Amino acid sequence: MYDIIIIGSGIVGSLVAYDLSRYRLKVAVLEKDNDVANGTTMANSAIVHAGYDPEDGTMKALLNVRGARMYPQLCRDLNCIIKNTGAFIAAVGEEEEQVLDVLAARAEKRGIACELLDGDTARGLEQNLSDNVTKVLSIPETCIIYPWEVAYAAMETAIRNGVELFLNTEVTGIDKVPEGYLVKSGTQAYEARMVINAAGTGTAAIDHMVSDRVDFEPRPRRGEYFVIDADIDYVSRVIFPVPTAKGKGVLAVPTVHGNTLLGPTSEPIEDADKKETSFAGLESVRQQLQKTMKNPPLRNVIRSFAGIRASGTSADFLIEELPDAPAFVHAACIDSPGLASAPAIAAYIRDTFVGKYMPLEETPDAVMTRPAPVVMKNLTPAERDAMIRRQPLYARIICRCEQISEQEIIDCIHGPCGARSIKAVKKRVRPGMGRCQGGFCEPRVAAILARELHIPLTEVLLDSRNSRILEKENR
Amino acid sequence: MMKHYDAVIIGGGSAGLAAAVTLKQNGLENIIVLEKDGEAGGILQQCIHNGFGLQTFNEQLSGPAYAERFIRQAEELNVPVLCNTMVTHMHADRTIEYVNPEEGYQTVTADVIVLAVGCYERSRGAVEIPGDRPAGVYTAGQAQRYLNIDGYMVGRKVFILGSGDIGLIMARRMTLEGAKVYGVAELMPYSNGLPRNIKQCLEDFDIPLYLSHTVTHIYGRDRLEGIDVSAVDENLKPIPGSEVHYDVDTLLLSIGLIPENHLADEAGIRMNPRTRGPVVDENYMTSVPGIFACGNGLHVHDLVDFVTLESSRAAEGALRWLKKPQNDSADILLQAGEGVSYIVPGHVHADMAQPCELFFRVTAQFDTAEVLLKKDGEVIRRTVRRKLMPSVMERLKLNPADLPADGSSLTVEVRERNTK
Repeated sequence: MYDIIIIGSGIVGSLVAYDLSRYRLKVAVLEKDNDVANGTTMANSAIVHAGYDPEDGTMKALLNVRGARMYPQLCRDLNCIIKNTGAFIAAVGEEEEQVLDVLAARAEKRGIACELLDGDTARGLEQNLSDNVTKVLSIPETCIIYPWEVAYAAMETAIRNGVELFLNTEVTGIDKVPEGYLVKSGTQAYEARMVINAAGTGTAAIDHMVSDRVDFEPRPRRGEYFVIDADIDYVSRVIFPVPTAKGKGVLAVPTVHGNTLLGPTSEPIEDADKKETSFAGLESVRQQLQKTMKNPPLRNVIRSFAGIRASGTSADFLIEELPDAPAFVHAACIDSPGLASAPAIAAYIRDTFVGKYMPLEETPDAVMTRPAPVVMKNLTPAERDAMIRRQPLYARIICRCEQISEQEIIDCIHGPCGARSIKAVKKRVRPGMGRCQGGFCEPRVAAILARELHIPLTEVLLDSRNSRILEKENR
Repeated sequence: MMKHYDAVIIGGGSAGLAAAVTLKQNGLENIIVLEKDGEAGGILQQCIHNGFGLQTFNEQLSGPAYAERFIRQAEELNVPVLCNTMVTHMHADRTIEYVNPEEGYQTVTADVIVLAVGCYERSRGAVEIPGDRPAGVYTAGQAQRYLNIDGYMVGRKVFILGSGDIGLIMARRMTLEGAKVYGVAELMPYSNGLPRNIKQCLEDFDIPLYLSHTVTHIYGRDRLEGIDVSAVDENLKPIPGSEVHYDVDTLLLSIGLIPENHLADEAGIRMNPRTRGPVVDENYMTSVPGIFACGNGLHVHDLVDFVTLESSRAAEGALRWLKKPQNDSADILLQAGEGVSYIVPGHVHADMAQPCELFFRVTAQFDTAEVLLKKDGEVIRRTVRRKLMPSVMERLKLNPADLPADGSSLTVEVRERNTK
């Protein structure tokens, strides 16, 4: 019997688990995939928006501003990368300049620093800004993070504090029982007094297992992106076009590892599992980017990808207890600025719903910080040398693009929320993120996974449960 | 105390070994080869097919056998090869930082550095194929490594995008291992592989080659389930409605090789945007004095024999430069004119003492081509060659007498003979 079951281990589920792990509560997390942070958290713009964008009076406005202010401390505690790059919202022509004034007023009201710059001043700071840009609203507070790092760092810490994570556990049914809920996954069942549904694009389907009064329908949207080689310095800040009713538009975003993201599109799709890219989508990124940017570095694309936003028929976040299912809480319609709001969403769920049903008594044993993982590339020569004397495998470089050693890969497999697939290793320590995209290191990573997990090489997965990379042994 | 070497050779593949052997044979004693892998030989170790060494040894060797000859030669000459050693940084002052399990993190200096770093394969990201991202999509070299080094088949029903040589070799190799290879699609109207590989790896096995075709969609959530292949128009854009679907579990990409240029970039070496390797002179010296480049890290070769030849010449260039580091004579640019995609070296010095062989590639197929060497717009040499194609590297000898004294440039041009 658990006090709380959290369904989903994206950024919201992971941060809820982390936050609750400080209390005397028995918490389990059920994740349908074989790794945490494998859906929307894995494929988005990686921006901590400052919070000037959502309309007044919305949950989005409230939680975005709060969440953005929680990130710097959260990232210090969890030893996650965060970079305060700032952002430009770039207007073309008078009509758009007026929108900047509205956003500036909103920002000021919410205590977010901002400054209006003329086009030439802005181009002096961001040389690839289009010559058509006439005015820019500068938001110095905007940050970028490595979204899935925050999620697995939070989950790792939660697990150290006693939270149980069940991977490959897709919820197939939920029964109401006298004590609370019986959450079923195939032949397995987990009982809890309270359920927090943070299943991203799957939230509505799970709601329907307990409720006849689900007040939204999923409307997943796909966003396609290009990733640019880290050797190209294209932008130093996040560059937004002026937002429209359709969304935030196509951005140029620096990443914490020096790449640039160009995108996303925003296209409604039927099947939230269809994470495929399209000619039309990628062409649309190229076209839309021209509005605010010039010299697009499209010769240096190292990857394109699509992410699915967990949008729904509600424009605002829906974070509420279901009316006909007491102690069953969902975080629904968490689209942009979901990532920026996530720490505040977790706090809101705790204060509003968890506290209502159970005492929030902190345990003295909980450790809310995460020790920094060893990243050889970031150490000084003397520090690297010392590490290698302790463990020579820190000197065996497996990924030549990102200079990642064998021991760093081994460390991430044996961590508390350890990697189980090539993609899970890539998420944690980044072999395959460089310009060769795994051409060189993938066979080597596969061999390490097989050895460390004691499985045959033919059982090594690229990503999902059926994504074996090898067909059979040949001799 | 920082160690100092007469020469540090970065890379222990075919290029690095040839350069090291030549340096040592010419009396340079204090040299070292740094190799990232567990053994020397580089990519040759996974190329178990025959066909290496026809030019160098006048016999057909497998990749490992070809590598073995140079590894043995290096051993006999007592050239130290440090394996499992990754160069992490290289600076323009010829300081090198490397890391290995035995020595930890080291910083050394050298009178000359030879960059023999090889190349990497273009990946799916670089060509933007729409669709899912399942397992079952590999670069041809990855599949080759899984099969020839690790001993595993990546799949049974195979399609290959790109007609690069590794893809052609893998078409044959996987067929021989019992896989069905449905075809090879090439975006360009001509093959990017050597004619002998088209014959021996595709035609002899009835594997169709679809020129002016590309993969336009990838299907499969977990493992690859199928692909669409479309014809492309003269602008290389897919023609709607021309799609043909193939139910395959494996897609191999053989869509080009790119010199590994990270260290060169870091040292501020001037790069050639066409080859994506450094710009070198007749001594194979880059724009940074004392740093030389050769092999696939300089420009991508089609035959290892030319890698050996070129790397040996780069070593000779390094030795010449060590004797006479100052070179004040005028720089003569070698320009790729019409019909030529690139020339290596990119420039030579006016006081060049001996003839220099230029390597170049053409931009398209030529049936009967005129190769023109031009000085100030004037043709100073004209040769006629049959059957030139982008996949086959061409050579042209440049004599000291060909050079303009005033430091202007020379241009190599190729055109079809009938169209003049």
